[in-house]
Amino acid sequence: MDIQETFKNRRFVIGGVAIGIVVIYIMRLFALQLLSDDYKKNADSNAFRRDVLYPSRGLIFDRNDSLLVYNEPSYNIMVTMNDQRGIDTLDFCETVGITPEFYEKRCDEIKNSKGYSRYTPQVFMTQIPAEEFMLLREKLFQFRGFSIEKRSIRRYASGIAAHVLGDVGEVNEKDINEAEDKYYRSGDYIGKLGVERSYEKQLRGEKGLRILLRDVHGSIKGRYQDGAYDRTPVPGSNLTLSIDARLQALAEQLLEGKLGAIVAIEPATGQILCMASSPTYDPRAMVGRERSKAHQQLAKDPMKPLLNRAIMGMYPPGSTFKITQALLGLQEGIITPQTAYPCSRGFNFKGLHLGCHGHGSPIALVSAIGTSCNAYFCWNLYHMLSNRQKYASRDEAMTRWKDHLVRMGYGYRLGVDLPGEKRGMIPNAPYYTEHFGDWGPLSIVSISIGQGEVTATPLQIANLAATVANRGYYYIPHVVKDIQGGRIDTLYTRPHYTMVDAKWYDYAVAGMRAAVTGGTCRGANIPGYEVCGKTGTAQNRGHDHSAFMGFAPMNEPRIAVAVYVENGGFGATFGVPLGKLIMEQYLNGKLSPGSEAQARSFQARRINYGGYER
Amino acid sequence: MRDNLQKRTGNPAFRADWLIITIYLLLLCAGWLSICGASHEIGDTDFFSWGTRSGKQLVWMGCSLGLGAFLLMIDEKYFDSVSGLLYVAMLVLLLITPFIAKDIKGSRSWISLGAVSLQPAEFAKCATSLALAKLIGEFGFTLSDMRNLAKAAGLVLLPMGLIVMQKETGSALVFLAFFLMFYREGMPGAILFCAVAAVVFFVVGVRFADEFLPGTYATVGQSVVLLLIWLCVAGMTGVYCPRTGHMRRLLLWGTVVHFAAWLVSRLAIPYDIAWVQIVWIVAMAGYLVWIGLGGRVRAYYLIAAFALGSTAFLYTSDYALNNVFQEHQQLRIKVLLGIEEDVARAGYNVHQSKIAIGSGGLEGKGFMNGTQTKLKYVPEQDTDFIFCTIGEEQGFIGSCAVLLLFLLLILRILWLAERQSTTFGRVYGYCVLSILLFHVFINIGMVIGLTPVIGIPLPFFSYGGSSLWGFTLLLFIFLRFDAGDKLRRR
Repeated sequence: MDIQETFKNRRFVIGGVAIGIVVIYIMRLFALQLLSDDYKKNADSNAFRRDVLYPSRGLIFDRNDSLLVYNEPSYNIMVTMNDQRGIDTLDFCETVGITPEFYEKRCDEIKNSKGYSRYTPQVFMTQIPAEEFMLLREKLFQFRGFSIEKRSIRRYASGIAAHVLGDVGEVNEKDINEAEDKYYRSGDYIGKLGVERSYEKQLRGEKGLRILLRDVHGSIKGRYQDGAYDRTPVPGSNLTLSIDARLQALAEQLLEGKLGAIVAIEPATGQILCMASSPTYDPRAMVGRERSKAHQQLAKDPMKPLLNRAIMGMYPPGSTFKITQALLGLQEGIITPQTAYPCSRGFNFKGLHLGCHGHGSPIALVSAIGTSCNAYFCWNLYHMLSNRQKYASRDEAMTRWKDHLVRMGYGYRLGVDLPGEKRGMIPNAPYYTEHFGDWGPLSIVSISIGQGEVTATPLQIANLAATVANRGYYYIPHVVKDIQGGRIDTLYTRPHYTMVDAKWYDYAVAGMRAAVTGGTCRGANIPGYEVCGKTGTAQNRGHDHSAFMGFAPMNEPRIAVAVYVENGGFGATFGVPLGKLIMEQYLNGKLSPGSEAQARSFQARRINYGGYER
Repeated sequence: MRDNLQKRTGNPAFRADWLIITIYLLLLCAGWLSICGASHEIGDTDFFSWGTRSGKQLVWMGCSLGLGAFLLMIDEKYFDSVSGLLYVAMLVLLLITPFIAKDIKGSRSWISLGAVSLQPAEFAKCATSLALAKLIGEFGFTLSDMRNLAKAAGLVLLPMGLIVMQKETGSALVFLAFFLMFYREGMPGAILFCAVAAVVFFVVGVRFADEFLPGTYATVGQSVVLLLIWLCVAGMTGVYCPRTGHMRRLLLWGTVVHFAAWLVSRLAIPYDIAWVQIVWIVAMAGYLVWIGLGGRVRAYYLIAAFALGSTAFLYTSDYALNNVFQEHQQLRIKVLLGIEEDVARAGYNVHQSKIAIGSGGLEGKGFMNGTQTKLKYVPEQDTDFIFCTIGEEQGFIGSCAVLLLFLLLILRILWLAERQSTTFGRVYGYCVLSILLFHVFINIGMVIGLTPVIGIPLPFFSYGGSSLWGFTLLLFIFLRFDAGDKLRRR
């Protein structure tokens, strides 16, 4: 009996084994189901085929609603490595026109790329044109694992405005990592330059998603949860540029064979009417599979066609800068409209000579602007920096001078809605102390005539013309006028006032009018309009740069323009006639027959840049 | 008198254990819902027509309920008297099955009867249980007696061998579960202990055969197993020959020898310390035989035999794995032990079933929302791998509920078996318990990747009439005994 009792206790061992097994299994289930997320991910990649639905990219129109950029279908070849087995590689290569070596290389690249998964389609080749696609589509069923993704390709109505429009290209690793919304994945497109880049978010729209269920054999069994988690793609917004396509085309023609830029702004709004940079390139070449090759070639060109000189070229503004000096001199009380300075073929003081051309002397402000007298503005700056009644020190005067210019849009980026804008250069007192050591008003006096350390972009010069046209304020220049279903940034709809009273601008306007009626800009005159202008002839290491800024009509101005032609000589040689043609085209909508001929002759003129170091 | 009793207590069916019947019905319903989840495509809600797996299962379930009710109503004496006949008939059926059965996936175990196929192996469990109960229930029969044990073992091994001949290794292995019942009925615990030790030594020895103990040339597998043998020998000495001080001596000297062997290898010349361990084990065996001779105690010889046998087993198991087993079996074992990663072939089923269960999370994806099972990523999803559907669609909560229901069922059977007034009833109860426990242990274990993939169904869940009827038969005969026994106990 005793022994039977011991055996009876064995029921606890057996019950304990059963309980032990269940406890261990529950712990295992806990680990599988609650501790690790991997199984869930694995299950999703098993069962879900996520098809990305690409939205169509927004179209781009000019200010008169003529289409500039649109889309055309193209196709990406995708490969799912897990399914890609036993295909006739040679046949495939022949069909899509690649070598077997390229095929192998591409497969290796895909396998080593970031975020690679052998269960999801990876981009094998991009932007297959429609013709090649037809051939592939017929044979696609033979190539297990390969699929087609419909995408689109950018097309351009004409070859103008490459710098403004920019282009799109495949995202690189940096783009993928830097996008804070993690929007991009390998093979996506992103705006690389111009408006395509600065308005990427509006243009691209939102990708859609379709989740399909696929079984173990890869066949599709319907939509997951009847599409409850699907997203329809949101097409990108269309953009309307403030650019006038015809004006832009004319500006580009006029700059042919020259290095330089033309910028025109509507003063009342800050909208950029044209922005040409020369040399330019054909945006139609920067599309699809050829983009990187074309881009490399342009990047190697010594004339730097990729550089948008209108916002990236930093030039000495030359005599166009004198307007700023006149305005700040008046505001600071250094000069009055009646103040006259002597000019004996230049500025002569304490052994310093800065040349000028022949005109009457002494000369008052309006005439000084009209004839672009160097001496007048040298005296103006000299007196400002030496004025110890108004400014406690030379540095304080210099700071005041700099502040005026910054408020006029110089020395910092204006904030145009294009990538890559340069800020130009307005020196301040610490700069001179650091670089010159002991400096005085005389040693830096050349900045008063837009030489020396001062540089500006053509956009900043055009903006000055617009500010004068507005009598004291400007809107930040911008190239996008309207965003479909949205509004442009309020940054571009807020006026920026300078530190100069509106009344002083009347004298600047009068001076610029005088330059056209009887001064340096007589060539800018357009019959029927009161044109105002100012030439600039900027000295540099080579031949002088030819510059012009102006606006018209004098009252209720509709266009302000800046022209800058590298090594073009006198302002009147290239700047004035080009500026006039732009203004005439915009004001009249066409050129007069005489101007037509003039435009043709300027289009044909070439400047020889071979000898100059760039 | 007897008539009076019957009158007073009514139909025995109403005295059957209501708790087990409730659990049985719950498991049946859960099983049917899982089959709906596993065998239907998304959006398909036709669960009842004959053309679907769930519709057919409903019919099997109906038959099972009828069978259960019928079993509760017949006289329990009947089972006792026919058990011998039933066993012999079952042997004959098993013997002829391979000759009349069609070849299905390499096994010849299904007898086709028109629209329905039956698997005799499922019913052999029940017949064997009855025969065992009858044998052990005889007066004066005790399993402590080796001759009796051999008889009982023969009863188990005979049908097992016949089923192996049908190439149904999984079903055959289930018969090993009867040794759990043997243990309860007095089989020396040492036999069970040796079996467990053999499994542990095999797993540890093979799993860590390629890793080296730091500072030595000995593999981790060998050294650890030899260490375990030493500890087991010391422990057994303590248990079987208490109060002799031998255990303390073995432990103390063993520690000294192991530590010294390791220090020499670490500090002087690295060498394979397994040799020292083997010498130590042989020395222990010799010491035990010597004191056994002096005291005439058989236990010492047996412990010595255990020490030497275990050591021999360790060195033959590696050889056996690589030479005796077939390649696919080797692969399965190696994949299970984590020696080889084979997601595409042998490991595929388990890999996918782990994904399905793991993706269920806490609450699961909801009924009919499981993607892995529905899209056929998990093979055998409504038979052997049915637990995946529960794991995926009902999550951790549902899976635990099912496990706990099984545990409750098993413990309730244990409780009922212990209260039987006859040895026959108790033995039969333990047979039912052992078979259920083995099925649950192996089936759920393989689905969650803890036990080898042995194709046996999950009781009451897996699709199929044979297995459902087999388990119903097993369970309700026991319920009938219990119901009858209640009267006797009064």
